[in-house]
This record gives sequence, structure tokens and C-alpha cells, in this order.
Amino acid sequence: MARLAGIDLPKNKRIDVALTYLYGIGWTRSRFILAHTGIDPAMHVEELADEEIAKLRQFIDENYKVEGALRSEVTNNIKRLIDIKCYRGMRHRSGLPVRGQRTRDNARTRKGPRPRIGGKKK
Amino acid sequence: MARSLKKGPYVETKILSRIEKLNESGEHKVVKTWSRRSTIIPEFVGHTIAVHNGHKFIPIFVTENMIGHKLGEFAPSKMFRGHGGKKAKQIVRKK
Repeated sequence: MARLAGIDLPKNKRIDVALTYLYGIGWTRSRFILAHTGIDPAMHVEELADEEIAKLRQFIDENYKVEGALRSEVTNNIKRLIDIKCYRGMRHRSGLPVRGQRTRDNARTRKGPRPRIGGKKK
Repeated sequence: MARSLKKGPYVETKILSRIEKLNESGEHKVVKTWSRRSTIIPEFVGHTIAVHNGHKFIPIFVTENMIGHKLGEFAPSKMFRGHGGKKAKQIVRKK
């Protein structure tokens, strides 16, 4: 079983896809990492030797912030914005779009589902 | 698009000179300004700057975390009073 940064990699996927299961590693980084460590991206996770996994683990540890560390960095950045009471912080606090998008329509990703008026109650 | 690094951060010259004077004398006076577009630079830390929001001056105490932001980000120019409904109307009337 291959574990990287506290995450189990899916056994029967190609390693280039499996790496993207880590938070903070997408397609581009995944391929970059494999090119640097000299591992064939077409290999499946279960075919990897232990040394190759160790190599990947070391490369990721040294170069990238992933999973928990990255998540906490993001929340800290948002917390900072809220603490200094700047415009972006206030938008985060009120759950509205932060980067100047329109809110007359849409913006549902930030606002969440529409409140139902006169609709079904319970 | 981001501003060219070559130019450095934009700060209204008037604020800059006022702050420099205050820093030299070690005083802490409120500096009024309309220049919401000025960047907050390290020299401003510890001063109170009153930023105009189109209506009145909002006093802002500058901390280290605010460096790199613009003054206007801290003086909201729009106020949301809430959408209609009985509750909202009562609140507006009280004010």
C-alpha cells in the first residue's frame, strides 16, 4: 500500500493520476514530479517499487506544501483578511463573492442554495 | 493587471510627507485623506489614518498585517441594510 503525505494512493490507477489525489498536486505538478524523479507516468501504483515511492515522498516533502499544511495555510490567509477587516475579509465573512463578481444574479457557489419563499416548508 | 515593480507602490505624496513628519517628531495624529488608492507601506504602521468613504472619514489604525493593501479597502463605501421584510424595516426605523 502506497501512502504519501498521509493519503492512500488508489492501487489500480496510473501513478500520474494517483498523485493528483493529494491536495495541492494537480495534473501539471504530478507530471513535473514524475519527470524529475524519473518514474514512468504510465506505471500503476501497485507496480511501483518501495524505493520509487520513497523517492516520490522525499521529492514532495522537499518541494511542495500539500494536504494539511496547505489547507491550514489557506485558512490562515483567509483568517488574516477577516482579522484586518479589509473589504475582502468582510466578503469572506458574509459569504459573498470576494473578487468583485456580480451578486444580482448567480453567485450561487458562494451564497449556497436559494432560500425558498412560499415554497415547500418541511 | 498588477502594477509594475519598477515603479514601486503608489502612495499619495501628501500622505507620505505628513506621515514622515509625524515619524520624525514621534507624534501620533490622525491624518485625514481622500486617497483611497494609496498603498499602505511599513512607515504607516502605528498611525491612525482617517480614510474618506464618500460620506465621512473612517479612522483606521494601521497594523503590520495591513501592509500592501490599499487604504480604501478598510473604509467601506457601501452599506447593506438588509432586504425587505418586517424585521428589516424595524431596524431601519430605529436608526
